[in-house]
Amino acid sequence: MARVDLVYFAWVRERIGKGEESLDLPDSVVTAGDLLAYLKTLGETYEAALEHENVIRVALNQEHVDHDEPIAGAREIALFPPMTGG
Amino acid sequence: MTVAVRVQREDFDLAAEVEAMSAGRQDIGAIVTFSGLCRDEAGTLSALELEHYPGMAEAEIARICHEAVKRFDLQAACAIHRYGRIAPGENIVLVATASPHRQAAFDGASFIMDFLKTSAPFWKKEHAADGERRGWVNAKDADDSARDRWSKD
Repeated sequence: MARVDLVYFAWVRERIGKGEESLDLPDSVVTAGDLLAYLKTLGETYEAALEHENVIRVALNQEHVDHDEPIAGAREIALFPPMTGG
Repeated sequence: MTVAVRVQREDFDLAAEVEAMSAGRQDIGAIVTFSGLCRDEAGTLSALELEHYPGMAEAEIARICHEAVKRFDLQAACAIHRYGRIAPGENIVLVATASPHRQAAFDGASFIMDFLKTSAPFWKKEHAADGERRGWVNAKDADDSARDRWSKD
């Protein structure tokens, strides 16, 4: 079990219903993609937020990563939709 | 070489930023500025709400600016992005680049905006003038294409 701080933004935050939380992740969660799949098992709000898993962006310690990247050692993991700033 | 990045709620002054970039220097030959403003979408929009990821937003824009400085050999780059509620007619973003010659300044500013739009963690939510729910702005494929053209050289 590894404890991580998760942060959510924009409609991911709204659908999950909170901006941040700390979770103990099972050892089976190795990559960012594994994390998304695991979160979807936590309830309807997570399922709704992460329904279109492939569009969700992941940042480890504030740097973008692909879904196949390992998340070991991350202090903060952020999940958010594609950016629309500028 | 100087890079200035700010993420702030307050408005900015384009003239003051350009002045700060060029003050006391005689080696700059070109400054290009880009301002992004909130438009009213034919009167249907009352405001945009800009959400950002504090910390990462600054870090990501700084990464983009440093990359632009290196790639186009810029003398200076400045990027300011606002967050919070922004009304039509107000500023959202400013990018300014300085170089000895115009093309590098144009290219650098364009590069920064293309990457800022697709990789800086900001999200826009629309508030409709008639009170109807409009929600989050979707990312556009055209923005990804604009970014990708920089890797086709």
